[in-house]
Amino acid sequence: MKTEITNQSRPVLSPEKMAEIQGVIQQYPEGKHKSAVIRILHIVEEEAGGWLSPDTMDMVAEILNIQPIEVYEVATFYTMFNLNPVGKYVFEVCRTGPCMLVGSDNIIDYIGNKLDIKVGETTKDGMFTLKTAECLGACGYGPMLQCGKKYHEHLTPAKVDELIESCRKGEIQGNKQN
Amino acid sequence: MGRKLLLEHINVPGIETFDVYRKHGGYRSVEKALKTMSPEDVVEEVKKANLKGRGGAGFPTGMKWSFLAKPEGVPRYLLCNADESEPGTFKDRYLMEYIPHLLIEGMIVSSYALGTNLSFIYIRGEYMWILEILERAIAEAYDKGFLGKNILGSGYDLDLRVAPGGGAYICGEETALIESLEGKRGNPRIKPPFPAVKGLWGCPTVVNNVESLATIVPIINDGAEEYAKLGTEGSNGTKLISACGNITRGGVYEIELGLSVEEFIYGDEWCRGIANNKKLKALVPGGSSVPILPAHLITKTAAGENRLMSYESLADGGFASGSMLGSGGFIVFDEDQCIVRNTWNFARFYAHESCGQCSPCREGTGWMERVLHRLETGKGNMRDIELLADINKKIEGNTICPLGDAAAWPVAAAIRHFREEFEWHVTNPQEAVTRNYGLLRKETVS
Repeated sequence: MKTEITNQSRPVLSPEKMAEIQGVIQQYPEGKHKSAVIRILHIVEEEAGGWLSPDTMDMVAEILNIQPIEVYEVATFYTMFNLNPVGKYVFEVCRTGPCMLVGSDNIIDYIGNKLDIKVGETTKDGMFTLKTAECLGACGYGPMLQCGKKYHEHLTPAKVDELIESCRKGEIQGNKQN
Repeated sequence: MGRKLLLEHINVPGIETFDVYRKHGGYRSVEKALKTMSPEDVVEEVKKANLKGRGGAGFPTGMKWSFLAKPEGVPRYLLCNADESEPGTFKDRYLMEYIPHLLIEGMIVSSYALGTNLSFIYIRGEYMWILEILERAIAEAYDKGFLGKNILGSGYDLDLRVAPGGGAYICGEETALIESLEGKRGNPRIKPPFPAVKGLWGCPTVVNNVESLATIVPIINDGAEEYAKLGTEGSNGTKLISACGNITRGGVYEIELGLSVEEFIYGDEWCRGIANNKKLKALVPGGSSVPILPAHLITKTAAGENRLMSYESLADGGFASGSMLGSGGFIVFDEDQCIVRNTWNFARFYAHESCGQCSPCREGTGWMERVLHRLETGKGNMRDIELLADINKKIEGNTICPLGDAAAWPVAAAIRHFREEFEWHVTNPQEAVTRNYGLLRKETVS
């Protein structure tokens, strides 16, 4: 997939978030603070609408006092980090073997048709992004998808309808909108 | 066959809290080890128990511990590998989510045995809610004096932290895990030096799987001799099996090693047979990397003996007619499943997860994916099957880490046992597209 560079001003972190980040850094021995980068990227991504712009990554580099490239190379390696804007709700449907055996292909098609988007796309209203993921460790409870920190398992079209409905009603916390 | 060592109390309400866990015998092994045993005694006990690493490779845990270098004045580290990402495997998640203190208890005893004062649990980033569960449990353990300075007045200090990954299968490989924990890309390191000599931040390091560390608790509580009474001669104790695919009841089960495969698939206590009354076609017994077994080699070995859930019985016959216990990711295929499609799916997984360092793996996994996709969609030819075998040979053994082998083995095994099905895709290209599943009903058993 082509990575387009979209810039965006960095998120403003609340004092609580800054304290949380400092707490993460302090978990490591002195001088080993770079170890905190992955966890901080998770925290900052959540604050930045679910994705990381170069500017946001630069901010993480400043917090950790490391080179920006050290943050970019991490953010581009790990598939959980979104380098492009995403919708308020990101559905990551597991597509790997065990889930495929119990019908994940049908679920991916169903969501795509219902929301009128292809895998990798976001709905026009900015509400939903559909992605696929490799094995999420829910093989016995498939088909499944991850939305935010939550796993939705044993999916059926009816359950997908319900989930989409709860998102639209705002019953599930989505990414912060910028 | 019903004794549980790890999951005995998993259904007790509140077992995720310190108090309930303690009431059910929790943290006894910490008291026993710190008050009555030297670190060397603990290592000896684990060696005697002959615990094989539960992450997939099956390397004896006690032996791994004994390799740890102990230079004067250099810190050592114990890392728990909770990066569970092998397709078919979801056992560690279950253990950490519902009985987090068991892992913490096992880590305290293991850290004491290895002489580490700072240990980490590296957990896959998608399990973020479990990271929160673990941190709550760790905070309780600090509160009750089982972590921190001078634990139980023994003079032993230990800090325990949790660190998340960011979605990368490769970080389950121990040197990639270490790189990731150092805040870098998860590229496996060239060995030697092994982590036991040069690991996290260049210091001696041991990396163990979640289930291995949890199993230290019953080994220390009951003693190695008691522990070794469970299981078979070559496979001591119990094992968590995560069962999935086309079975009636998927989930995580703790079995005594040596249970028959037939009983596990069909028994009421376990998977309860193939879903929707279909027939059994194939089995991947130990996570996506291990060889697939066709129906006639699942419940019996090639020699006609009952196939058992143990390291030696599942491997019986080598790769020609056997497989591996691996991580315990038990994937069952019913008669409607297409082996070519599944092999392509797994190949796509490995191509996606290859870190890209070694060209045989980076290029080879992508090739395999594309060739398999061609076959699966009716655009392949007979030479493609030979091409796959050729790519396989060029990956296997030629990469820094075992991801290359893990990608090659399932393809080789699928062709070995289901060659006709691959050929059928070539000779019936139209049908291969229109009827993706249940194309060719090879031999099945009910």
